[in-house]
Amino acid sequence: MNDGKFQKRSVLLLLYIAFALLPIYWMVNMSFKTNEEILSSFSLFPQHFTWANYKTIFTDESWYSGYINSLIYVAINTVISITVALPAAYAFSRYSFLGDKHVFFWLLTNRMTPPAVFLLPFFQLYSTMGMMDTHIAVALAHLLFNVPLAVWILEGFMSGIPREIDETAYIDGYTFPRFFLTVFLPLIKAGVGVAAFFCFMFSWVELLLARTLTSVNAKPIVATMTRTVSASGMDWAVLAAAGTLTIVPGAIVIWFVRHYIAKGFAMGRV
Amino acid sequence: MNKPVNQKAWFLILPVFICVAFSAIVPLMTVVNYSVQDIISPERRVFVGTEWFASVMRDEDLHAALWNQLRFSLAVLAVEIPLGIGLALAMPAQGWKSSATLVIIALSLLIPWNVVGTIWQIFGRADIGLMGATLEKLGIEYSYTGNATQAWLTVLLMDVWHWTPLVALLCYAGLRSIPDAYYQAARIDGASKLAVFRYIQLPKMRGVLMIAVLLRFMDSFMIYTEPFVLTGGGPGNATTFLSQYLTQKAVGQFDLGPAAAFSLIYFLIILLFCFVLYNWMQRVGTADKEGVAE
Repeated sequence: MNDGKFQKRSVLLLLYIAFALLPIYWMVNMSFKTNEEILSSFSLFPQHFTWANYKTIFTDESWYSGYINSLIYVAINTVISITVALPAAYAFSRYSFLGDKHVFFWLLTNRMTPPAVFLLPFFQLYSTMGMMDTHIAVALAHLLFNVPLAVWILEGFMSGIPREIDETAYIDGYTFPRFFLTVFLPLIKAGVGVAAFFCFMFSWVELLLARTLTSVNAKPIVATMTRTVSASGMDWAVLAAAGTLTIVPGAIVIWFVRHYIAKGFAMGRV
Repeated sequence: MNKPVNQKAWFLILPVFICVAFSAIVPLMTVVNYSVQDIISPERRVFVGTEWFASVMRDEDLHAALWNQLRFSLAVLAVEIPLGIGLALAMPAQGWKSSATLVIIALSLLIPWNVVGTIWQIFGRADIGLMGATLEKLGIEYSYTGNATQAWLTVLLMDVWHWTPLVALLCYAGLRSIPDAYYQAARIDGASKLAVFRYIQLPKMRGVLMIAVLLRFMDSFMIYTEPFVLTGGGPGNATTFLSQYLTQKAVGQFDLGPAAAFSLIYFLIILLFCFVLYNWMQRVGTADKEGVAE
């Protein structure tokens, strides 16, 4: 009976994996075709296999600089988000203080605000401060939704760590910073990994703010892609190649994070 | 639940507070400022009070968009949460299989949103897309640009494809945090699989599940880029959701006042829903804990 149940679950998983991969496969498939082939015939494999679309991206600076710009602001954003979120999440998970629940919920409300609402104010704010078209501007704008998310995820993970560990450490004479960095942080590695992954992800895929706050020097890849769609008709093939490449950095990040998720919490074995 | 009171904890919150205040409170005040004025030119502005709010509230198109949005968000939750839990339970816990599944499942999350729209735009086309062509071969007339119901379902399917992994990953992380001792105790007690799920896995997943439900609700409520690329809000207004309506007003017609008023109403609607959901789930969670303690 157990086996039967197990099999049913595996079937669900396999079906879902197929469902998850097919549209992506179709894009990868298209990235190796020419535009004529995409629009004229229907085939499961590229008939006239070509690297030309990828060559276009790697040789044209307006294309590949998009990837570099995106990576820079995403990295800045992830580092800032996690750094400020760690102590805050600790405070929320360990202490009660004046207005704690309200502040926590207020943080979440920022995650709930549609970016469209902030478009115009951000534009004016960063113009006034002369920060338009810089990586830091996009990174700061993305803090809006990434900091609350990081605090939220980390708080959940930290609450799973028994408070006795903190108390024992203080009795042993650890100062707060030393305890936090050498004892506590290793315990919530999984949480930090997951939070960093989500910060990376949400910053990487965001289009509206990133596009509005940049023009040339910090133009992200997602904006480069929309421009190509509207300017030169529908260049499906290059677009598919660019889309395929946008998955690569994320896939690398999740590959590293996977250990943190899979190993689970150290607390189970303490 | 009785944490020690420590007002100094505010110092730990301070960095977050400054960051978010800079990127949220200041811009939000600008929006409030717009919502009560008629801006004729940068130099000439007239205070109009709540006029914009009143006119926005009476807007028939807004009601349609709101109704559309609600149905969509509820459908998203109804499909993605059970599917995500199911996937998390089915995912292998160890070994290369677990790593491979994690990476494959997370893939769709990392695709920029306009690319997601583009992928499905192609995937669903009857002439060049795999899904469109397959449905055509099966004798189903399929067109996400012509048929309102099909367009709506395609957007839903796209969202399920795009976001179920988020639910699955969060639940998976939650499941992995359950110590083996719990399962051993359940085995000794002869607990059924259902009982293990109901009394061990589900309560332990409560935290991550709450994150998943709220995130999916908020994000589906703000969905913009994907349907914009896929259907452009059509056919008719079948897939026009709130964000699209707002952007049409703010950027398309450049009605700053009404757009700002609508932004605030939009924000308040999401706030209200999330407040209710958040409190409800907190209560359910507490009740669960008491149930276990008995």
